[in-house]
Amino acid sequence: MNLIHKHILTVGLVLAAFAIGATSIVALTEANTRDKIIENERQTLLLAINALVDDNEYNNDILTDIIILPSTQQLATKGNSTVYRARKDGRPVAAVFTSIAPNGYSGKITLLVGIYYDGSLAGVRVIKHKETPGLGDKINEKKTDWILKFKGLSLVNPIESRWAVKKDGGEFDQFTGATITPRAVISAIKKSLQFFEQNQDELFKEANNE
Amino acid sequence: MNEIYGPIIRDGLWKNNPALVQLLGLCPLLAVSNTFINGLGLGLATTLTLVFSNGLISLLRKQIPDEARLPVFVMIIASIVTVIELSMNAWFHELYLILGIFIPLIVTNCAIIGRAEAFAARNPVGPSLVDGLMMGIGFTVVLVLLGAMRELIGQGTILSEAHLMFGQGAQNLSIILFEEYRGFLIVLLPPGAFIGLGLIVALKNVIDIRQKTNESEVKLTDVFPAKS
Repeated sequence: MNLIHKHILTVGLVLAAFAIGATSIVALTEANTRDKIIENERQTLLLAINALVDDNEYNNDILTDIIILPSTQQLATKGNSTVYRARKDGRPVAAVFTSIAPNGYSGKITLLVGIYYDGSLAGVRVIKHKETPGLGDKINEKKTDWILKFKGLSLVNPIESRWAVKKDGGEFDQFTGATITPRAVISAIKKSLQFFEQNQDELFKEANNE
Repeated sequence: MNEIYGPIIRDGLWKNNPALVQLLGLCPLLAVSNTFINGLGLGLATTLTLVFSNGLISLLRKQIPDEARLPVFVMIIASIVTVIELSMNAWFHELYLILGIFIPLIVTNCAIIGRAEAFAARNPVGPSLVDGLMMGIGFTVVLVLLGAMRELIGQGTILSEAHLMFGQGAQNLSIILFEEYRGFLIVLLPPGAFIGLGLIVALKNVIDIRQKTNESEVKLTDVFPAKS
């Protein structure tokens, strides 16, 4: 083995040592933060759900009282999504689930929809979107209160044909310069309500594994 | 003392500003400079990473073989970014929910590996830390300036969503300058970032030229040397 080979070997070994060191540090950090991160995400999810259904309206463990929905055309979900069920003393109160508006101005808009057992909306929040800043992003509850006005509405209030933006002869405000975004969101909310109405019994069925 | 740190500070903040002169880190810079708060968020996260990566690389510079330095730098930077992301997610979850989206973007910022190669690999730990901090601040200032410009012209507000970063108390920091402002869409979209950055770079060059002419009369050919 001549000098060059020896040198290459040394450099390779040092590189390997750095790789082991870097990987160990990342692995160690991951191991030490894992539980805390899971707990944080649980809390964040619970906050999101409680923004729709207040936590004194139910008394079950909503994060474990769930069913898993497969891909659902009406909700435009691809792959599994989770339905969280709120119950008070065993009686169903509300269901919270994900619904997607596939036809936003710049792609999908992901919503979290809460619906009371009587079919009225507990509330809607936008979880993820790529709409234009300053125009379409007014659907975010941090920007305007537009999305908050759906609380309490249902398929009979307003009647089904009025579930549209004013420009289309409906009940709801569009935004200046942005009609596509609110149109997509309203349509997704309406479909969520219809989905709930058609599948209500299924949605509140006791979980099989209990 | 000042002889070492003075030039480092001037370099980072002005003379060799990563965003205005080295033109490094444009990818994240252009992507999230649409509001003041977004700019500040990315700037702070980048500064934190720069300080850690410069410090660590400078500390290990004698152990890093010259031939393998680039893969080692990449490994160190990627690990630091991951560790910062995980730690923030665990212990500063609120902040993570806001800055979290910016952190993976930092990996695409070549200013970090640029400083590792150009400075930290050749200098002791103290100056390297200062260099990281100053380059980070220089980057942050440009981001915030560009963000504020685009937010003001694009949507007529300044500091909107300040409460996301500073808590509910900052809600009234947000200023709506023009009620019923119709918006200026192109400024908010990516082209606005290019135009805005171009204007800031031009402004910096004008100031530099002015200063030079004040110090000593220079001919135009000093500033724009004729091609030989």
